[in-house]
Amino acid sequence: MELERFIFLTVDGLARGAVYAAFALSLVLIWRAARIVNFSQGAIAMAATYIAFVVTSMTGNYWLGLVAALLGGAAIGLIVERGVMRFVSPVNPLNSVIAALGVLLVIQAVVGMLFGNGYYPMAVPFSQEPLPWLAGLSISAYDLFVFVCVAFVVLGLAVLFGKTNVGLRMRAAAFSPELARLLGVRSTRMITLGWMLASAISGLAALLVIPTELGLNPHATDLVFVYAFTIAVVGGLDSAPGAVIGGLVVGVLLSWVSGYLGATLSPVAVLVLLLAVLLIKPGGIFSVTKERTA
Amino acid sequence: MSDLLTLSGVHAGYGPVTVLHDVDLTVPDRSITAVVGANGAGKTTLLRTIMGQVRPTAGSIRIGGIDLTTVKVEDMVRNGLALVPEGRGVITELTVDENLRLGGLWRRDTAEASRTLSEVYELFEPLQNRRKSAGHQLSGGERQMLAIGRALMAKPKLLLLDEPSLGLAPRITAQILQLLGRLRDERGLTVLLIEQNVRSALGIADHGVVLNLGRVVAARPAAELAADTDLRHTYLGF
Amino acid sequence: MTGIMSSRTTVIIGVVGLIAVIGLTFVLEPFRNYQLATIAAYLCAVAGLTMLTGVNGQLSLGHAALMACGAYCYAFTANGLAEQEIEGPVLLIVPIIAAVVGATVLGLVIGLAAARLHGPYLAGVTLAFVIALPAVTSRFSDVFGGDQGLWITVERRPEFLAGRGGTEMFQAWVAIACAAVVVVLLRNLMRSNFGRQMRAVRDNEVAAALAGINVARTKVIAFTVSSAAAGIGGAVMAFMTQSASPGAFNLFISLFLLMAAVIGGIGTLYGALWGSILLVVLPDVIGSITRGLSLSPEVAQRLDGNLAVGLFGAVMVLVVIVAPFGIQGLVRKAGHQIRSRGSLQSAPHPK
Ligand SMILES: Nc1ncnc2c1ncn2[C@@H]1O[C@H](COP(=O)(O)OP(=O)(O)OP(=O)(O)O)[C@@H](O)[C@H]1O
Ligand SMILES: [Mg+2]
Repeated sequence: MELERFIFLTVDGLARGAVYAAFALSLVLIWRAARIVNFSQGAIAMAATYIAFVVTSMTGNYWLGLVAALLGGAAIGLIVERGVMRFVSPVNPLNSVIAALGVLLVIQAVVGMLFGNGYYPMAVPFSQEPLPWLAGLSISAYDLFVFVCVAFVVLGLAVLFGKTNVGLRMRAAAFSPELARLLGVRSTRMITLGWMLASAISGLAALLVIPTELGLNPHATDLVFVYAFTIAVVGGLDSAPGAVIGGLVVGVLLSWVSGYLGATLSPVAVLVLLLAVLLIKPGGIFSVTKERTA
Repeated sequence: MSDLLTLSGVHAGYGPVTVLHDVDLTVPDRSITAVVGANGAGKTTLLRTIMGQVRPTAGSIRIGGIDLTTVKVEDMVRNGLALVPEGRGVITELTVDENLRLGGLWRRDTAEASRTLSEVYELFEPLQNRRKSAGHQLSGGERQMLAIGRALMAKPKLLLLDEPSLGLAPRITAQILQLLGRLRDERGLTVLLIEQNVRSALGIADHGVVLNLGRVVAARPAAELAADTDLRHTYLGF
Repeated sequence: MTGIMSSRTTVIIGVVGLIAVIGLTFVLEPFRNYQLATIAAYLCAVAGLTMLTGVNGQLSLGHAALMACGAYCYAFTANGLAEQEIEGPVLLIVPIIAAVVGATVLGLVIGLAAARLHGPYLAGVTLAFVIALPAVTSRFSDVFGGDQGLWITVERRPEFLAGRGGTEMFQAWVAIACAAVVVVLLRNLMRSNFGRQMRAVRDNEVAAALAGINVARTKVIAFTVSSAAAGIGGAVMAFMTQSASPGAFNLFISLFLLMAAVIGGIGTLYGALWGSILLVVLPDVIGSITRGLSLSPEVAQRLDGNLAVGLFGAVMVLVVIVAPFGIQGLVRKAGHQIRSRGSLQSAPHPK
């Protein structure tokens, strides 16, 4: 009995952690591309999920909704970067935080005006009941689907940045925009691309996690953002592998905390973890580079 | 011999500060032109202005028939210019291989680009066994080779170098300058070279330009400049 | 010389303004007085935040939670006193002091951590802090009353006011008095040597440390003082609403406080005042406009609140991009223009 529960909590935590990892990856992407912690990422992801929700409701097809979340997320990322963040002076790093918070308010308000502040239940494409042929592990088909999606994202990013020319350009523009420009890289375009990619991924993550929680609501991603931020910090904002490992670890920890100590305590656990990491190892547990102060 | 790069009446600076005053400069095709001058004379600013990182407030900059003053920085490489910036502009987070590939990325012809890559590795053999090393793991000399190699990856018509000898042993400096001479002779590369190391620079260069407080005070054949002791005393301090 | 002059002008403006506002409470309807009190309550917190963020460079998204701390401390103390059947000024003043002490202690704890964090990291930690608040109150719901929160026994308006003004008038007085104290203390602090140290730390921590400033100490003190101000704001809120609940101090409130500070003009107390006024007046104005449009109840309900939030967000973004000094910056610019035009007319240049 005890063991069963432990396994259940752990597996559940891994599934959630995988989604949080994807979300954290989106924060890492934007941090690397633009040296900005995007506090509007949760709102962007939430809005993308609403787009998916509308598309799925209209067509009755989950997969079209999923594509819509990706495309919609990318489009919102494009608008936010080209429309707002590009014009924020980088002289004071607080400016970009404040601007992103303004974007967050705008997105939440627009969604609230369009859809109201109520909760919409969201359908999932696979059963959330434990699979019989994986008896004892209590993995559901939906959990597997989540793992596959996140694995796809992680591998896709690894290939993009490790093997392709676009990825090389994006990395060059992120590390050294001025130098990259001298080498013919259209750095500003690469930064926009980073925002679009990140926003699409966060949209996917939100689409995966929201149905397992209370449902779709303008604030559905507030807490997820805090988790993802914590994971990104734990893993080191510069480190993509850190975000993935950190996501899984934090997911499992949260699941244990809420399973054994009470569901309401996970935000507190996250706060404690975040503080502990920032005070003990500010660069993140997995990062090799020095802490960046910006 | 025709001129590849022509600056006429260029004024440029940072905000309210004008650094370059009425600069006229020509770089003949298939030659090495060395620009020398004291610290703060505006040599780096000159290169930054040519590359579009600093925009001239007056005057024109032309390569071939093209006016460069409105060309974006990221399009300079597409007009045949490549810069080796001051202080070894290597992207330290990327590997040697990635830095080099980046230099040739703008080229459409990928087969051609990978041929250039192996040429560059032949040119700079020490880089060969460090392909996978990150930029920050290289020595100063290796970084300079990497920066030059990366610029060559772009197959430029005009190569601009900002103090390639900075912090390097005299022997390596000599090798680099010799290489530039070879590239000019064998491939018809045109070079605009900035050097503190006046004697060696003028030794290899065809033309010399002396910059003082943002103005061109002399532009003559390099050998003639090197022999002019008065000029040397006045502007170059030896 | 000009410093003393302008300092004297501010004092005069402050005193005249205070008298005018108190006079205003006699003529305003009860609801308007309540709004006035709300402005004053926000002003306490926004003033603290604008000092912390604008003058010291620490961005906190946790000030709603610090307000909540003040509100709960107020609630515990007031209810405790009421159980002992204590009434009169004690039932008002002691809980406010308790709120200040509570928020100060909590602020000190967070500030000690915050001193080691930079920009977005601090924002993230304080965000997690404000998000964790409902978790704490529902976990210890026997203490905090869960999501419902606590009802508070508050000091009623004094007898001699009966007849003359409603409870709201008394509330406005208390709120204005608290805000006045906070603003005067913060103003003096910002103009003192410590104010210079805060600015030096904001501009460049390394340079400040080289100049002999204890950076960590400066940041901790700034955070603690700012928290105390937020605590007073929370106490006033608790006093006005006679309740303390987690929902009243959520992330939105934190964002609103920041927004007020930014739009008003970050780092200035005048800006905090403009921002606090906007915080209360704008939703009200928007509400009356949408009511005038005779929309369907469903649409009206969706617009309610959301429209103001969206507008706040958009203005905040605009301010960051085009007018970094906010309303106060514009006011000052306008003032300069008027003044320079005046001097031009009085002493025309020969040219
Ligand atoms: N970004 C900048 N902003 C303002 N002024 C600058 C900037 N960069 C350079 N300057 C000024 O322009 C002048 C010329 O600088 P520049 O770097 O071109 O000199 P240089 O000839 O390359 O010197 P060195 O031999 O030391 O490299 C100097 O007076 C310098 O202070
Ligand atoms: Mg230089």
